[in-house]
Amino acid sequence: MEREYHVCTGCALLCDDIELREEENKTIIDSACRKGVAWIKNCQHPLECTVDAKDATPQDAIEKAAEILKNAKKPLIFGMGNSSLKAQEKAIELAKKTNACIDDTSSFCQGPIVEAILNDKIKSCTLDEVRDKADIIVYWGCDPSNSHPRHLSKFSYFPRGKMRQRGWEEDRTAIAIDVRKSDTAIICEDNFYQIPPKADAEFAMALTEALSGKVPKVTFGIKPKEILELANILKKAEFGVIFAGLGVVYSMHDLSPMENLLEALNKKTDFHLMPMVGQYNMRGFNHLLFDKTGYINRVSFEGENIDHGPQCSVVEVLKEKKADAALIMGSDPLSSLPGSIAANLKEIPTIVIDPCKTFTSQIADVTIPAAVTGVECKGEAIRMDGVEIELKQMKESDKMADADILEKIMEAI
Amino acid sequence: MANAMEIYQLLPKTNCKKCGKSSCMAFAAALLSREKNLDECTPMLEEEKYSENYTKLKGLVSPAEQASETGMIVHEDRCIGCGNCVVACPVNVAEDPKGAGSGNAPTNERVILKVEDGVVRLSNVEDCRRFGENKRLCSGCIVTCPTKAIEFV
Repeated sequence: MEREYHVCTGCALLCDDIELREEENKTIIDSACRKGVAWIKNCQHPLECTVDAKDATPQDAIEKAAEILKNAKKPLIFGMGNSSLKAQEKAIELAKKTNACIDDTSSFCQGPIVEAILNDKIKSCTLDEVRDKADIIVYWGCDPSNSHPRHLSKFSYFPRGKMRQRGWEEDRTAIAIDVRKSDTAIICEDNFYQIPPKADAEFAMALTEALSGKVPKVTFGIKPKEILELANILKKAEFGVIFAGLGVVYSMHDLSPMENLLEALNKKTDFHLMPMVGQYNMRGFNHLLFDKTGYINRVSFEGENIDHGPQCSVVEVLKEKKADAALIMGSDPLSSLPGSIAANLKEIPTIVIDPCKTFTSQIADVTIPAAVTGVECKGEAIRMDGVEIELKQMKESDKMADADILEKIMEAI
Repeated sequence: MANAMEIYQLLPKTNCKKCGKSSCMAFAAALLSREKNLDECTPMLEEEKYSENYTKLKGLVSPAEQASETGMIVHEDRCIGCGNCVVACPVNVAEDPKGAGSGNAPTNERVILKVEDGVVRLSNVEDCRRFGENKRLCSGCIVTCPTKAIEFV
């Protein structure tokens, strides 16, 4: 019997081997991790359709949302990391139509790395290449065992790949560089390098020096000999990859130490870097906006003109109270942004489109429930390595897809 | 899971042999391997002075009662369904090299570890290397578990 596989949208790994089966009137989900199962089985508190905190029909809520955006001079459109590619495309169109600022969570997480990859400043690869070829895997400032539970088993360390048939015990070396001994670092055993917070740039520079034959020095407790040993492991790689987490992004003023390290490594071997993207389609939004504007996030539309920069970021726009309305889709800025900044959303009319109740939906003027893409409706998304993946529908739902909601709002405007 | 010495400390330590073992230490080891159960220590059941220790011991040995025939316990509260054990298991690799052995969903029913509803489950237990009299102390599933959710007793 041919098996039917689905794609899990619980994180940006987009595992494509998920099976559903019915047993005693219960749906059992096979192969998904606990994070994925929680996502697929849906939220405990589904979002209700409301206008001014009172129950409303989807049509009324859409009309009210259109009215808010139409009356706004400078709306903010934010989120989209958990939205389909089609919905993200519609959101960009809506931003153009309403002269809005548009931004996503990459603005304060993996944006700099995705931007460097799209601008060809950093060499990257796909997860399939990692599985088939990688022999040296570095988890830097990330803990995929918790953030992306199947990362090690499906793509990076444990699976047998085309050129790595002898398994993880003989064919692959996993290295962790982190400020604490994470669950992933435990798996890496002796290849764990504990560095102090904010020391990532210094460690990257020391590794670069070691690769060029100099004696590396750092101001913390790792000896030059240990750094030279690590550099030796790295330069012997046939196919190496660094998985860079938020620990790297947040601790470096800019990515140049990492770019220099990659350049030094690539003079001797074949090394790649991949961002540990969290939300399942954050990278999709970055790719789409980059294709249309040349920027991956933080864009403000003024008619045909495009402004880009920190002044257009969600943090600055809310902090400086530049927006007079907000549309939040598939994101929860009240949870992820500093409270003092996110609280400014309370002062402007806010629309939330999401499958579940969130902190932000509780202060919103209009809430519109959306189907979970890849679970309750089909769609497309871009995986954390930049590969487009088709998402199938897993179960029936009468909720509208996020793209359809945006389409109707645009029609109403 | 407790070790034999921790169990022994809570037993009567009278070596009365009522359980059929030569000493309380031997009974502790038998409890750990699930050869005996706690209620076979009749003094603990009958004498009031041991009641507190009996309750403590019951808490210590009860996880072992959930163990499979190979002695495997999966602590569901700690398992995150990462599937590292599924890929690392030598039996899975031999039985399903392109499915479970390569990080993908199992392609047949011969695998012994698979992830269901986000938690690892054991099936075909007789194929586990730790099964039966000629068992080998294979540790592929334990050493690759990031949350130490798998334990053998």
